[in-house]
Amino acid sequence: MTEKHTERLVSAEHPAHEQHIVSPVTYLIIFGCLVVGTIATVGASFIEMGPWNPVVALAIACVKATLVVLFFMHIKYSSKLMKLTVGAGVFTFLILVGMSLSDYISRAWGQW
Amino acid sequence: MSDSHAVAIAGHASEYEEGHGEHPAYQRHHFVSMEQQNETVSFGMWLFLLTEIMFFGGLFTAYLIYRNWYFPAFVAASHTLNLAEGTINTFVLISSSFTMAMGVWCAETRRSKGLIWSLIGTLILGAVFLGIKYDEYHEKYELHHIPGEVFHFNAQGFVHPSAEAIKLGEKPLAPDMAAKTEVYFSLYFAMTGMHALHMIIGMALLSGMLWKASRGGYMNGHIAFVENFGLYWHFVDIVWIFLFPLLYLISRHA
Repeated sequence: MTEKHTERLVSAEHPAHEQHIVSPVTYLIIFGCLVVGTIATVGASFIEMGPWNPVVALAIACVKATLVVLFFMHIKYSSKLMKLTVGAGVFTFLILVGMSLSDYISRAWGQW
Repeated sequence: MSDSHAVAIAGHASEYEEGHGEHPAYQRHHFVSMEQQNETVSFGMWLFLLTEIMFFGGLFTAYLIYRNWYFPAFVAASHTLNLAEGTINTFVLISSSFTMAMGVWCAETRRSKGLIWSLIGTLILGAVFLGIKYDEYHEKYELHHIPGEVFHFNAQGFVHPSAEAIKLGEKPLAPDMAAKTEVYFSLYFAMTGMHALHMIIGMALLSGMLWKASRGGYMNGHIAFVENFGLYWHFVDIVWIFLFPLLYLISRHA
Protein backbone atom coordinates (compact mmCIF):
# COMPACT_ATOMS: atom_id res chain seq x y z
CA MET A 1 0.00 0.00 0.00
CA THR A 2 2.63 2.53 1.05
CA GLU A 3 4.97 1.37 -1.68
CA LYS A 4 2.31 1.90 -4.28
CA HIS A 5 1.54 5.28 -2.82
CA THR A 6 5.12 6.58 -3.05
CA GLU A 7 5.53 5.16 -6.53
CA ARG A 8 2.55 7.17 -7.68
CA LEU A 9 3.82 10.29 -5.97
CA VAL A 10 7.11 10.01 -7.82
CA SER A 11 5.39 9.66 -11.15
CA ALA A 12 3.18 12.61 -10.29
CA GLU A 13 6.21 14.81 -9.71
CA HIS A 14 7.78 13.77 -12.99
CA PRO A 15 4.82 13.34 -15.28
CA ALA A 16 6.92 13.19 -18.42
CA HIS A 17 10.04 11.46 -17.19
CA GLU A 18 9.77 8.63 -19.72
CA GLN A 19 9.22 10.94 -22.66
CA HIS A 20 12.11 11.74 -24.96
CA ILE A 21 12.37 15.44 -25.75
CA VAL A 22 13.70 16.07 -29.25
CA SER A 23 16.11 19.00 -29.26
CA PRO A 24 15.74 22.12 -31.43
CA VAL A 25 19.06 21.25 -33.09
CA THR A 26 17.51 18.04 -34.45
CA TYR A 27 14.45 19.98 -35.63
CA LEU A 28 16.70 22.51 -37.36
CA ILE A 29 18.71 19.78 -39.13
CA ILE A 30 15.51 18.06 -40.31
CA PHE A 31 14.13 21.42 -41.48
CA GLY A 32 17.36 21.93 -43.45
CA CYS A 33 16.98 18.48 -45.01
CA LEU A 34 13.39 19.27 -46.02
CA VAL A 35 14.50 22.54 -47.65
CA VAL A 36 17.26 20.70 -49.55
CA GLY A 37 14.75 18.00 -50.55
CA THR A 38 12.34 20.62 -51.90
CA ILE A 39 15.10 22.32 -53.91
CA ALA A 40 16.20 18.89 -55.19
CA THR A 41 12.72 17.85 -56.30
CA VAL A 42 12.06 21.15 -58.11
CA GLY A 43 15.54 21.00 -59.65
CA ALA A 44 15.01 17.41 -60.79
CA SER A 45 11.77 18.40 -62.50
CA PHE A 46 13.78 20.66 -64.85
CA ILE A 47 15.91 17.71 -66.00
CA GLU A 48 14.49 15.53 -68.75
CA MET A 49 14.58 11.96 -67.39
CA GLY A 50 11.71 10.40 -69.31
CA PRO A 51 9.87 7.85 -67.17
CA TRP A 52 12.26 8.51 -64.26
CA ASN A 53 10.93 12.00 -63.53
CA PRO A 54 7.92 10.75 -61.53
CA VAL A 55 10.05 8.06 -59.87
CA VAL A 56 12.65 10.57 -58.67
CA ALA A 57 9.99 13.07 -57.55
CA LEU A 58 8.11 10.44 -55.53
CA ALA A 59 11.33 9.00 -54.07
CA ILE A 60 12.33 12.45 -52.78
CA ALA A 61 8.78 12.94 -51.42
CA CYS A 62 9.01 9.59 -49.58
CA VAL A 63 12.35 10.57 -48.01
CA LYS A 64 10.92 13.93 -46.91
CA ALA A 65 7.78 12.30 -45.48
CA THR A 66 9.88 9.71 -43.63
CA LEU A 67 11.99 12.47 -42.04
CA VAL A 68 8.84 14.29 -40.91
CA VAL A 69 7.34 11.10 -39.42
CA LEU A 70 10.54 10.00 -37.68
CA PHE A 71 11.64 13.32 -36.19
CA PHE A 72 8.88 15.96 -36.28
CA MET A 73 6.32 13.33 -35.29
CA HIS A 74 8.74 11.66 -32.83
CA ILE A 75 8.23 8.13 -34.16
CA LYS A 76 11.97 7.41 -33.97
CA TYR A 77 11.74 7.90 -30.20
CA SER A 78 8.33 6.26 -29.72
CA SER A 79 7.31 2.84 -28.43
CA LYS A 80 7.05 -0.24 -30.62
CA LEU A 81 3.26 0.05 -30.52
CA MET A 82 3.45 3.46 -32.18
CA LYS A 83 6.00 2.30 -34.76
CA LEU A 84 3.79 -0.68 -35.60
CA THR A 85 0.76 1.60 -35.91
CA VAL A 86 2.52 3.83 -38.44
CA GLY A 87 3.83 0.77 -40.29
CA ALA A 88 0.30 -0.66 -40.45
CA GLY A 89 -0.93 2.64 -41.91
CA VAL A 90 1.72 2.67 -44.63
CA PHE A 91 1.05 -1.00 -45.39
CA THR A 92 -2.72 -0.49 -45.71
CA PHE A 93 -2.15 2.58 -47.87
CA LEU A 94 0.12 0.59 -50.20
CA ILE A 95 -2.56 -2.13 -50.47
CA LEU A 96 -5.13 0.52 -51.38
CA VAL A 97 -2.96 2.08 -54.09
CA GLY A 98 -1.14 -1.06 -55.24
CA MET A 99 -4.12 -3.34 -55.60
CA SER A 100 -6.32 -0.67 -57.20
CA LEU A 101 -3.62 0.09 -59.77
CA SER A 102 -2.87 -3.58 -60.46
CA ASP A 103 -6.59 -4.17 -61.02
CA TYR A 104 -6.75 -1.22 -63.39
CA ILE A 105 -3.63 -2.32 -65.29
CA SER A 106 -4.72 -5.97 -65.65
CA ARG A 107 -8.39 -5.45 -66.59
CA ALA A 108 -7.72 -5.17 -70.32
CA TRP A 109 -4.73 -7.55 -70.24
CA GLY A 110 -3.86 -8.57 -73.79
CA GLN A 111 -6.69 -6.61 -75.36
CA TRP A 112 -4.63 -3.78 -76.73
CA MET B 1 -11.30 -0.67 9.03
CA SER B 2 -14.08 1.83 8.83
CA ASP B 3 -12.28 3.98 11.41
CA SER B 4 -9.03 4.20 9.49
CA HIS B 5 -10.97 4.94 6.34
CA ALA B 6 -12.68 7.82 8.09
CA VAL B 7 -9.33 9.17 9.29
CA ALA B 8 -7.88 8.93 5.81
CA ILE B 9 -10.77 10.92 4.39
CA ALA B 10 -10.43 13.55 7.09
CA GLY B 11 -6.68 13.82 6.47
CA HIS B 12 -6.97 14.37 2.73
CA ALA B 13 -10.35 15.99 2.60
CA SER B 14 -9.45 18.70 0.13
CA GLU B 15 -7.58 16.36 -2.20
CA TYR B 16 -10.32 13.76 -2.14
CA GLU B 17 -12.86 16.40 -2.98
CA GLU B 18 -11.08 17.04 -6.23
CA GLY B 19 -10.66 13.31 -6.64
CA HIS B 20 -6.99 13.18 -7.60
CA GLY B 21 -4.92 13.21 -4.48
CA GLU B 22 -2.29 10.81 -5.75
CA HIS B 23 -1.68 11.93 -9.31
CA PRO B 24 -1.75 15.10 -11.42
CA ALA B 25 -5.17 16.61 -11.97
CA TYR B 26 -4.95 15.95 -15.70
CA GLN B 27 -4.42 12.19 -15.29
CA ARG B 28 -7.67 10.31 -15.86
CA HIS B 29 -8.55 7.88 -13.11
CA HIS B 30 -8.64 4.82 -15.35
CA PHE B 31 -4.96 5.16 -16.29
CA VAL B 32 -2.27 3.63 -14.08
CA SER B 33 0.29 6.32 -14.92
CA MET B 34 0.83 9.38 -17.08
CA GLU B 35 3.03 7.26 -19.38
CA GLN B 36 0.09 4.96 -20.02
CA GLN B 37 -2.25 7.91 -20.61
CA ASN B 38 0.19 9.64 -22.99
CA GLU B 39 0.72 6.40 -24.90
CA THR B 40 -3.02 5.83 -25.21
CA VAL B 41 -3.69 9.38 -26.37
CA SER B 42 -0.93 9.23 -29.01
CA PHE B 43 -2.17 5.84 -30.15
CA GLY B 44 -5.68 7.23 -30.60
CA MET B 45 -4.33 10.23 -32.51
CA TRP B 46 -2.33 7.99 -34.81
CA LEU B 47 -5.38 5.82 -35.51
CA PHE B 48 -7.21 8.98 -36.56
CA LEU B 49 -4.28 9.92 -38.81
CA LEU B 50 -4.42 6.43 -40.39
CA THR B 51 -8.05 7.07 -41.39
CA GLU B 52 -6.83 10.36 -42.87
CA ILE B 53 -4.11 8.54 -44.80
CA MET B 54 -6.76 6.22 -46.27
CA PHE B 55 -8.98 9.21 -47.07
CA PHE B 56 -6.27 11.04 -49.02
CA GLY B 57 -5.08 7.66 -50.34
CA GLY B 58 -8.39 7.29 -52.19
CA LEU B 59 -7.88 10.68 -53.84
CA PHE B 60 -4.27 9.83 -54.76
CA THR B 61 -5.39 6.51 -56.28
CA ALA B 62 -8.10 8.23 -58.32
CA TYR B 63 -5.53 10.75 -59.53
CA LEU B 64 -3.02 8.05 -60.58
CA ILE B 65 -5.63 6.00 -62.45
CA TYR B 66 -7.15 8.99 -64.30
CA ARG B 67 -3.68 10.29 -65.10
CA ASN B 68 -2.92 7.01 -66.87
CA TRP B 69 -6.28 7.09 -68.56
CA TYR B 70 -6.30 10.70 -69.85
CA PHE B 71 -2.54 11.17 -69.89
CA PRO B 72 -2.26 13.98 -72.53
CA ALA B 73 -5.04 15.98 -70.84
CA PHE B 74 -3.42 15.61 -67.40
CA VAL B 75 -0.02 16.65 -68.75
CA ALA B 76 -1.37 19.72 -70.54
CA ALA B 77 -3.51 20.76 -67.56
CA SER B 78 -0.59 20.29 -65.15
CA HIS B 79 1.49 22.71 -67.24
CA THR B 80 -0.98 25.51 -66.43
CA LEU B 81 -0.20 25.36 -62.69
CA ASN B 82 1.97 28.08 -61.19
CA LEU B 83 5.21 26.28 -60.32
CA ALA B 84 6.75 29.29 -58.55
CA GLU B 85 3.78 29.69 -56.21
CA GLY B 86 3.63 25.94 -55.59
CA THR B 87 7.33 25.88 -54.68
CA ILE B 88 7.04 28.89 -52.38
CA ASN B 89 4.06 27.24 -50.69
CA THR B 90 6.09 24.07 -50.12
CA PHE B 91 8.76 26.14 -48.33
CA VAL B 92 6.07 27.97 -46.34
CA LEU B 93 4.49 24.71 -45.21
CA ILE B 94 7.70 22.97 -44.14
CA SER B 95 8.62 26.16 -42.27
CA SER B 96 5.28 26.03 -40.45
CA SER B 97 5.96 22.40 -39.58
CA PHE B 98 9.31 23.49 -38.13
CA THR B 99 7.75 26.28 -36.05
CA MET B 100 5.13 23.80 -34.80
CA ALA B 101 7.83 21.29 -33.84
CA MET B 102 9.53 24.13 -31.93
CA GLY B 103 6.20 24.87 -30.25
CA VAL B 104 6.00 21.29 -28.99
CA TRP B 105 9.57 21.59 -27.68
CA CYS B 106 8.76 24.86 -25.90
CA ALA B 107 5.70 23.24 -24.29
CA GLU B 108 7.78 20.22 -23.23
CA THR B 109 10.43 22.43 -21.65
CA ARG B 110 7.80 24.86 -20.26
CA ARG B 111 8.86 27.94 -22.19
CA SER B 112 5.71 30.05 -22.24
CA LYS B 113 6.95 32.86 -24.50
CA GLY B 114 8.58 30.43 -26.89
CA LEU B 115 5.35 28.47 -27.20
CA ILE B 116 3.30 31.59 -27.89
CA TRP B 117 5.72 32.84 -30.58
CA SER B 118 5.93 29.38 -32.17
CA LEU B 119 2.15 29.20 -32.40
CA ILE B 120 1.95 32.73 -33.82
CA GLY B 121 4.60 31.83 -36.40
CA THR B 122 2.77 28.65 -37.36
CA LEU B 123 -0.51 30.55 -37.66
CA ILE B 124 1.03 33.25 -39.86
CA LEU B 125 2.75 30.71 -42.14
CA GLY B 126 -0.53 28.80 -42.43
CA ALA B 127 -2.28 32.03 -43.46
CA VAL B 128 0.46 32.80 -46.00
CA PHE B 129 0.01 29.34 -47.50
CA LEU B 130 -3.75 29.83 -47.85
CA GLY B 131 -3.21 33.32 -49.29
CA ILE B 132 -0.92 32.00 -52.02
CA LYS B 133 -3.35 29.14 -52.61
CA TYR B 134 -6.12 31.71 -53.01
CA ASP B 135 -4.06 33.50 -55.67
CA GLU B 136 -3.62 30.22 -57.55
CA TYR B 137 -7.33 29.47 -57.33
CA HIS B 138 -8.11 32.99 -58.54
CA GLU B 139 -5.88 32.47 -61.58
CA LYS B 140 -7.77 29.24 -62.32
CA TYR B 141 -11.04 31.14 -61.95
CA GLU B 142 -9.97 33.77 -64.46
CA LEU B 143 -8.84 31.13 -66.96
CA HIS B 144 -12.17 29.27 -66.55
CA HIS B 145 -10.30 26.20 -65.36
CA ILE B 146 -12.58 25.58 -62.37
CA PRO B 147 -14.75 22.55 -63.23
CA GLY B 148 -18.49 22.92 -63.61
CA GLU B 149 -20.91 24.99 -65.63
CA VAL B 150 -21.26 27.54 -62.84
CA PHE B 151 -17.67 28.62 -63.48
CA HIS B 152 -18.03 28.31 -67.28
CA PHE B 153 -15.30 25.68 -67.53
CA ASN B 154 -13.53 26.15 -70.83
CA ALA B 155 -10.96 23.77 -72.32
CA GLN B 156 -10.58 25.65 -75.62
CA GLY B 157 -7.13 26.84 -74.55
CA PHE B 158 -5.97 23.22 -74.72
CA VAL B 159 -7.35 22.73 -78.25
CA HIS B 160 -5.85 25.99 -79.50
CA PRO B 161 -2.80 26.75 -77.37
CA SER B 162 -1.43 30.29 -77.61
CA ALA B 163 1.59 30.93 -79.84
CA GLU B 164 3.58 31.47 -76.66
CA ALA B 165 2.60 28.04 -75.28
CA ILE B 166 3.39 26.30 -78.57
CA LYS B 167 6.84 27.88 -78.51
CA LEU B 168 7.33 26.27 -75.09
CA GLY B 169 6.47 22.86 -76.58
CA GLU B 170 2.76 22.70 -75.82
CA LYS B 171 0.91 20.40 -78.23
CA PRO B 172 -2.72 21.07 -79.19
CA LEU B 173 -5.15 18.44 -77.88
CA ALA B 174 -8.11 16.91 -79.75
CA PRO B 175 -11.36 18.46 -78.42
CA ASP B 176 -12.50 15.22 -76.69
CA MET B 177 -9.14 14.85 -74.91
CA ALA B 178 -9.05 18.56 -74.05
CA ALA B 179 -12.46 18.14 -72.37
CA LYS B 180 -10.82 15.62 -70.00
CA THR B 181 -8.69 18.39 -68.49
CA GLU B 182 -11.84 18.96 -66.44
CA VAL B 183 -11.12 15.63 -64.70
CA TYR B 184 -7.62 16.86 -63.85
CA PHE B 185 -8.93 20.13 -62.46
CA SER B 186 -11.68 18.31 -60.52
CA LEU B 187 -9.04 16.20 -58.80
CA TYR B 188 -6.75 19.22 -58.41
CA PHE B 189 -9.45 21.15 -56.58
CA ALA B 190 -10.63 18.10 -54.60
CA MET B 191 -7.13 17.32 -53.37
CA THR B 192 -5.79 20.84 -52.75
CA GLY B 193 -9.23 21.88 -51.46
CA MET B 194 -9.37 19.06 -48.90
CA HIS B 195 -5.80 19.90 -47.95
CA ALA B 196 -6.74 23.57 -47.53
CA LEU B 197 -9.79 22.59 -45.46
CA HIS B 198 -7.51 20.61 -43.16
CA MET B 199 -5.33 23.71 -42.82
CA ILE B 200 -8.33 25.93 -42.04
CA ILE B 201 -9.44 23.47 -39.32
CA GLY B 202 -5.85 23.38 -38.09
CA MET B 203 -5.67 27.18 -37.93
CA ALA B 204 -8.91 27.30 -35.92
CA LEU B 205 -7.41 24.82 -33.43
CA LEU B 206 -4.17 26.83 -33.45
CA SER B 207 -6.04 30.01 -32.55
CA GLY B 208 -7.70 28.23 -29.62
CA MET B 209 -4.35 26.91 -28.47
CA LEU B 210 -2.76 30.35 -28.81
CA TRP B 211 -5.54 31.88 -26.72
CA LYS B 212 -4.97 29.29 -24.00
CA ALA B 213 -1.16 29.60 -24.20
CA SER B 214 -1.36 33.39 -23.92
CA ARG B 215 -3.19 32.90 -20.61
CA GLY B 216 -0.41 30.70 -19.26
CA GLY B 217 -1.76 27.39 -20.48
CA TYR B 218 0.24 24.21 -21.19
CA MET B 219 2.88 25.10 -18.60
CA ASN B 220 1.94 22.41 -16.05
CA GLY B 221 3.33 19.49 -18.05
CA HIS B 222 -0.04 18.57 -19.54
CA ILE B 223 0.67 19.19 -23.20
CA ALA B 224 -1.17 16.30 -24.87
CA PHE B 225 -3.21 18.75 -26.97
CA VAL B 226 -0.12 20.60 -28.23
CA GLU B 227 1.63 17.32 -29.07
CA ASN B 228 -1.34 15.82 -30.89
CA PHE B 229 -2.07 19.02 -32.75
CA GLY B 230 1.60 18.89 -33.80
CA LEU B 231 1.02 15.39 -35.19
CA TYR B 232 -2.02 16.66 -37.14
CA TRP B 233 -0.15 19.67 -38.53
CA HIS B 234 2.83 17.54 -39.63
CA PHE B 235 0.42 15.10 -41.27
CA VAL B 236 -1.10 17.95 -43.31
CA ASP B 237 2.47 18.89 -44.28
CA ILE B 238 3.13 15.30 -45.46
CA VAL B 239 0.00 15.37 -47.63
CA TRP B 240 1.35 18.49 -49.36
CA ILE B 241 4.81 16.88 -49.72
CA PHE B 242 3.10 14.31 -51.99
CA LEU B 243 0.54 16.63 -53.62
CA PHE B 244 3.21 19.06 -54.79
CA PRO B 245 5.24 16.65 -56.99
CA LEU B 246 2.15 14.76 -58.21
CA LEU B 247 0.23 17.85 -59.32
CA TYR B 248 3.00 20.30 -60.26
CA LEU B 249 6.18 18.41 -61.12
CA ILE B 250 5.87 14.92 -62.61
CA SER B 251 4.24 16.03 -65.88
CA ARG B 252 6.64 18.83 -66.75
CA HIS B 253 8.52 16.85 -69.42
CA ALA B 254 5.78 14.42 -70.44
